[in-house]
Amino acid sequence: MSFAIDVRSIVKKFGDFTAVDGISFAVEEGEIFGLLGPNGAGKSTLIRMLVTLLPPTAGTALVGGFDIIKQADDVRRAIGVIPQAMTSDLELSVEENLLIYAKLYGVPREKRQRLIPELLEAVELLQWKDKQVKNLSGGMRRRVEIARGLVHEPRVFFLDEPTTGLDPVSRTAVWEMLQRVKANRNLTVLITTHYMDEADKLCDRIAIVDHGKLVALDSPLTLKASIPGKNVLEASFSNAPPDWQATLATLPYVEKVDAQGNVYRISSGNGPGTTLALMEAAASAQVTVHSLAVQSTTLDDVFVHYTGHELRDQLQEASAMDSPFMLRRGGR
Amino acid sequence: MSRMWAIVERELRRFRRSPVLMVMSMIFPLAQLIVLGYAFGGNVHHLRVAVVDQDHGLPAVKIRELAQAASSGAKTIDLLDYADQGQAVTDLRNGRVNGVLTIPPEFSRRVLAKNEPRVALIEDNTDNVVANALAANLSSMLIAYNEPPTTARVAAKATLDVVEVYPYVPYIQYLLPGSIAMAIFMMVMIGGGIIFIDDKARGLHEGYLVTPISKLELIAGFNVSGTIKAVLAGFTIMVIGSLIAGVPNPFNAFRILRLMVLIVVTAFALISMMFLLMVRVSDPLMPRAIFGLLNTVLYFPSGAVYPQQGFPPWMQVIAKVDPFTYAVHGFKSLLLKNTGIDAIAGDLLYLVAFSAVAMAAATSLFKRTL
Repeated sequence: MSFAIDVRSIVKKFGDFTAVDGISFAVEEGEIFGLLGPNGAGKSTLIRMLVTLLPPTAGTALVGGFDIIKQADDVRRAIGVIPQAMTSDLELSVEENLLIYAKLYGVPREKRQRLIPELLEAVELLQWKDKQVKNLSGGMRRRVEIARGLVHEPRVFFLDEPTTGLDPVSRTAVWEMLQRVKANRNLTVLITTHYMDEADKLCDRIAIVDHGKLVALDSPLTLKASIPGKNVLEASFSNAPPDWQATLATLPYVEKVDAQGNVYRISSGNGPGTTLALMEAAASAQVTVHSLAVQSTTLDDVFVHYTGHELRDQLQEASAMDSPFMLRRGGR
Repeated sequence: MSRMWAIVERELRRFRRSPVLMVMSMIFPLAQLIVLGYAFGGNVHHLRVAVVDQDHGLPAVKIRELAQAASSGAKTIDLLDYADQGQAVTDLRNGRVNGVLTIPPEFSRRVLAKNEPRVALIEDNTDNVVANALAANLSSMLIAYNEPPTTARVAAKATLDVVEVYPYVPYIQYLLPGSIAMAIFMMVMIGGGIIFIDDKARGLHEGYLVTPISKLELIAGFNVSGTIKAVLAGFTIMVIGSLIAGVPNPFNAFRILRLMVLIVVTAFALISMMFLLMVRVSDPLMPRAIFGLLNTVLYFPSGAVYPQQGFPPWMQVIAKVDPFTYAVHGFKSLLLKNTGIDAIAGDLLYLVAFSAVAMAAATSLFKRTL
């Protein structure tokens, strides 16, 4: 079976630092594939290698059936890329941005005359086509870039954190555009994001990358089922005896209990079963239940489970990219 | 090469929407032309000379009369009588007068005795221009003083007749060729170098690098668009500057055509040089930082403001490789002497060769990856 993206033991080192450490995976044609990971995990470096912006130190990848090292130009013709930075020409109009890129890709005149209005319609920017990009909101600029990335009808579409920095409404709009565009074309999408809810709803499969290595890869549902505790109960009590945490740990289906003051976080394999037993135990011990909430496992829990941190601070060498002129957002 | 033209089209569409860029790149060379042209172009007038007559004899009176005549005529000097030599020198040191002409007590007696009569000029030599003007003026006065009252019927002394090939060239015209080269350079730096690095820092180049455009197409696209912008700046300053400086017959079609050839070649040479310097730079502060340095290193050794024959040897080496030198020489030939293209063939040849080398080097150094 041929894959849209076939990554083979790819490595990228910057001096002594290994940003991507022998990652392998394959993305099927037509799939929306999410790449998740903390800041500095190596996601953007991986994408930059796949789109021929960075040469790998070792290993390789096939994108659209072409080798990223030996057939870089064929790869470039087969892919559309939305980089992390906003890269539209602010002084040009929406339509001019698409026109210039169509010419850079060598799209014939008749084809671009048909494609550009079609794409602007798809991203709902047709009425703004003559406006300079600098006058558009962040969400609209992102949609310009999505249309621009598709102007040569690529087979594989790479998006590096396309919704970072956008308000919730714009984020939703961008994702809806993407789904609509994908539905009308035979497009494979590889996307990185920090928004787990989006990845959960939209990605067919998700890979979690940490410290340059692949730590998990599966569908969102399977990933959520793979970690302990399908539900989390968060409860607070008054008149709780000193051994109350130990008592809670003996309740049916309970896998783990954490306490912070009088708030208890109980991981359970069966939320309703544990809830019932907890209410009975509280009544018999004459403990008053102040609050009780039952949550399902989210992709956030999966992310924290596999990466082990919620916050990843690290020092990195200052570069020209960090200058005040740089409009790039964070991330390696 | 259609991808190259896409880069050119993109750059020019942006340029059309940034008229400030065009104005900014021309304000500096125009201001420089006008201010330097008028500041340096005139003769020195009204230099204050203290006259200390310690002799009061007839020959001393004749010296003072000649000085008075110079003061009333060309107005190069204004005379101030001083009785005290010490006070005159103190005023010289304090800048109240520019020089002290002293006629010593024995002057008349030595004149009559034909015993090497002397007058003294004490001058403030911290200002060379003023000191030289004073010395020249008072030397001419003494030559006039030494002339016999009657001239021989047949002159025996050899004299020099100066024949000027071209009409008088005021200093502002002399500066104009350098100002045109400067306008081209300013546009190359602002419209080429600074925008190029700012775009790179903003990540715009990432957008280009994921397309199938080649290194040569990318560099050529930037060079051609930069050249077009710089040609517009150079042509505009050439027209406005010619009118301000009073270049004779500025709208002669053939001369404008020849000037356009030189403007295009100069613009291409400077933009190629700029891309060679910037090809590996990422920091937006860098082009701004080297802007002033390049301006000084390229403009002043070019002979735009002072003849290169007066430079020390090391500066003459810089002048030899400096593309400004050839541009300025060419513009001087065409603007001040109205020569044909053959007179600037050497300049054109150097600038074309310089462009080819710089562009080839920039293309080979350009990284197709981040």
